[in-house]
Amino acid sequence: MTIRFLLLVNKQGQTRLAQYYEYMSLEERRALEGEIVRKCLARSDQQCSFVEHRNYKVIYRRYASLFFLVGVDGDENELGILEFIHCVVETMDRYFGNVCELDIMFHLEKAHFMLDEMVMNGCIVETNKANVLQPIQLMDKAG
Amino acid sequence: MGTRLRDMIRAVRACKTAAEERAVIAKECAALRNAFKDEEGDTRHRNVAKLMFIHMLGYPTHFGQMECLKLIAAPSFPEKRIGYLGLMILLDERQEVLMLVTNSIKNDLNHANQFIVGLALCALGNICSAEMARDLAPEVEKLLSSSNSYIKKKAALCSIRIIRKVPELIEYVLGPATGLLNDKHHGVLIAGVSLATELAQTNAEALEHFRKQTPTLVRILKNLVISGYAPEYDVGGITDPFLQVRVLRLLRLVGKGDTEASDIMSDILAQVATNTESAKNSGNAILYECVMTIMGVESIGGLRVLAINILGRFLANRDNNIRYVALNTLVNVVAVDTQAVQRHRATIVECVKDSDVSIRRRALELVYALVNENNIKTLTKELLDYLKVADPEFKPDLTAKICSLVHKYAPTKLWHIDTMIRVMSEAGSFVKDDWVRVLIVLISNAPELQGYTVRSFYRAFQDTKDQESLTVTAVWCLGEYGEMLMNHANELEGEEPLTVTEQDVVDVLESVLKDSRSNPVVRGFALTSLLKLTSRYSTASERIKALIGSYRGSLVVELQQRAIEYGKILDKHANIKPQLLERMPAVDEAHLKRRTAADETLVTADKETKSPKAVANGNKPVAAAANLMDLLDLSVDDTPAPPPAAAASALADLLGSPPRSTPAPQPAGANMLLDLLAPSTAPQATTPPAQVQDPLAALMGGPAAPAPQPPAAMDPFGDLLGGAAPTAGPTFPSIVAFEKDGLRVHFDFSKPAANSQQTTIKATYTNSGPSPFTDFVFQAAVPKFMTLSLEPASGSVVPAGQAGSVTQTINVTNSLQGQKNLVMRLRISYKVNGSEVLEQGQVSNFPAQL
Repeated sequence: MTIRFLLLVNKQGQTRLAQYYEYMSLEERRALEGEIVRKCLARSDQQCSFVEHRNYKVIYRRYASLFFLVGVDGDENELGILEFIHCVVETMDRYFGNVCELDIMFHLEKAHFMLDEMVMNGCIVETNKANVLQPIQLMDKAG
Repeated sequence: MGTRLRDMIRAVRACKTAAEERAVIAKECAALRNAFKDEEGDTRHRNVAKLMFIHMLGYPTHFGQMECLKLIAAPSFPEKRIGYLGLMILLDERQEVLMLVTNSIKNDLNHANQFIVGLALCALGNICSAEMARDLAPEVEKLLSSSNSYIKKKAALCSIRIIRKVPELIEYVLGPATGLLNDKHHGVLIAGVSLATELAQTNAEALEHFRKQTPTLVRILKNLVISGYAPEYDVGGITDPFLQVRVLRLLRLVGKGDTEASDIMSDILAQVATNTESAKNSGNAILYECVMTIMGVESIGGLRVLAINILGRFLANRDNNIRYVALNTLVNVVAVDTQAVQRHRATIVECVKDSDVSIRRRALELVYALVNENNIKTLTKELLDYLKVADPEFKPDLTAKICSLVHKYAPTKLWHIDTMIRVMSEAGSFVKDDWVRVLIVLISNAPELQGYTVRSFYRAFQDTKDQESLTVTAVWCLGEYGEMLMNHANELEGEEPLTVTEQDVVDVLESVLKDSRSNPVVRGFALTSLLKLTSRYSTASERIKALIGSYRGSLVVELQQRAIEYGKILDKHANIKPQLLERMPAVDEAHLKRRTAADETLVTADKETKSPKAVANGNKPVAAAANLMDLLDLSVDDTPAPPPAAAASALADLLGSPPRSTPAPQPAGANMLLDLLAPSTAPQATTPPAQVQDPLAALMGGPAAPAPQPPAAMDPFGDLLGGAAPTAGPTFPSIVAFEKDGLRVHFDFSKPAANSQQTTIKATYTNSGPSPFTDFVFQAAVPKFMTLSLEPASGSVVPAGQAGSVTQTINVTNSLQGQKNLVMRLRISYKVNGSEVLEQGQVSNFPAQL
């Protein structure tokens, strides 16, 4: 029961953030991202937020023009992951102030720093926003 | 100097086409390579950030890996931070470069600054290899008992990866992991519970250990549930749903199969199930997990009722996400409490028709699990209705499920036949050959339904012509029971009357035969059916004869062969025709099952020895079996009072071996028979039809003799088989595994029949040099998916001038046989003229499929 990958994709299907917790070659990644994004973006708001693809279950959530996709294995709590996506977005919101696509593009490393504090090896470590942001804010102060 | 990160991102965003983007990236990469070559230390940080962006876009970035390592070794935190990030994103455990970073990580794990320690742990937890895990485990174990919660939580998750890589380290982690469960910090708790879950999942002792911790887990959960508002971890009024979910999952693990642990947790489970607010997603996530736990552990009845009620509420929810998880859970519940799920049957069947494919798939899974003898009729009707409107991508799965359900639970044979006709009419191209075979066996065993069946198939075929499995079965039925279309034999009550003439039936078969788009196998069936009808139809037989004759020149070898053979039977052997074309004897189902197993082993043998085309032989077992039966029919009929399974015993008799005592020759013999008769096998493609026809005619001549004796019939078969049988077993070409300085290592292969993964290699060492090799030692190593054992060699001296050889047996088991070929590393040492020689090499020219 682990998170296998996290993706942030815009409405056009371009990847804006990608973090994998298991090895996958570059070609596989490109193919997988293409397939999954196409599947998820084609779905309507009324349909459920879970898509089964190959041996993954993809849980996705849409925030304005950004899609947050999380690939998990079969026995993960889907609703829990949905909540976790929201937690990640709230954390980014607190740091960037109403986060948008450009914030993430131009501060890709910051977004990764946050994820690293929240997820490790596919498991959730921390969900308290202050705890997550503390090291990053310290670094900003020093820099 | 390169561009700024910002400028690069802007340039990429401005690209309108993929080609433009590639050009921008290529330029950037060139600049980065130069920068790395010139050792520009001050921009390294920025360059690695650029690399990550390029990597995210899906371009190769391997050239920057060393830069990450340099950054990690840097003293300043921002540089280290970006270096570690690059390490986690750009590298993976498969790269050798990774080993170089072990020392830096080790230093950082012992650093005074918690954030640097945290970084090192995070990187280690995300990408460490087994070797790194072994090297650094002592440091991580020490950090597990640190007093700093920031370090502790990361060390816990890092340990998960370490024990996955090196399971024998579990015992060192077990103690500290238990300590984590008593922590107050939520981050430490969630990481600790995750670690405990991992340990309990992989190790039985650890599971037992954590079972004793059930009260601790219950206390964690209780604190979360009864504590008031806790702002740090509050999600929509619920305290830390993520932690609650994790604890519930671990409780499920320890409570499963253990009543004592289940008793301890039952109160808190009831409390969670009743008190959790279900208006928000976070609450539902907990309820969902709680229900799974209640159903997964040895709960008392009352608790289960509570859980089932929650699921009922979920299922009725308008939110599709909730309905999805309800269906997902019910699949697991079916095994525990079928009755409870049956109550929701109507809703579930509705979900099969939902517009959302995710929901449909889950619901179908559930319906499949729900079906039993009592509800098969209603549920199959629903599924068939849905089959009509289902998406093409959904049909194969659905069809396979319906077929298997019908096979498993059909209440009557009549219903079975009716349903299969409907399935084949809707989605016949997705019905697998296996199901066709099952149906044919069923029909041949139900004489009272044969008339009805052939009439139903005739009708169905009139409506639907493009479903292969329907065509095949219909054609087969027409050949076997064609006359029942006219004489209304065994008419069932309420059956619609059908008026058909012999010419109509021949029209149908002709249309199949003439349809060049249809599979040659199907057309072959049509020819056989026509032949069979000649003995039953009076008015149409001349027309059939002409029709068969017109295929003597067919370009499809299979059809040509059949047409010529059948023409001969009609012309020259009118005296035996009635017996020859008798109805196929009822197929003994148990026997067929045994044959299927034999067929499968044959297919694998074929693959190894012959061209891949020969596999087609196994793919059409129906055709092959039917042909074989047709042929055996001859000898069966002439023996007095044939038992139902006579076909099998006749075959055994013919081959001169009882089937049980020596099972091996039978499949081999059968294979030869099939080769001779079955469509589209490789040998036939090269053998001119006339040649094949001769032995066949000889075979047919045998039983037609006035007093046929089984031993007499055996002889032609025996001759036929005698020469060819030895080639039927798998053989592999020998290889020269190693050759240097006169030493030659030769490998011969053989496979035991019992285990296809195993290979026995006979290694032969010869020496063509002038001096003998003494103290000769041969060693071999194989990758992890294989196992190897070396038997002692026949000697340690390899005589010079090829005057003799040393042999040694090597047993190899390839667990990924069929996916991966054998590979082996060799190490050979010997003394020649007093000086020591050490040779190493790799053997990768093993034959495929070993």
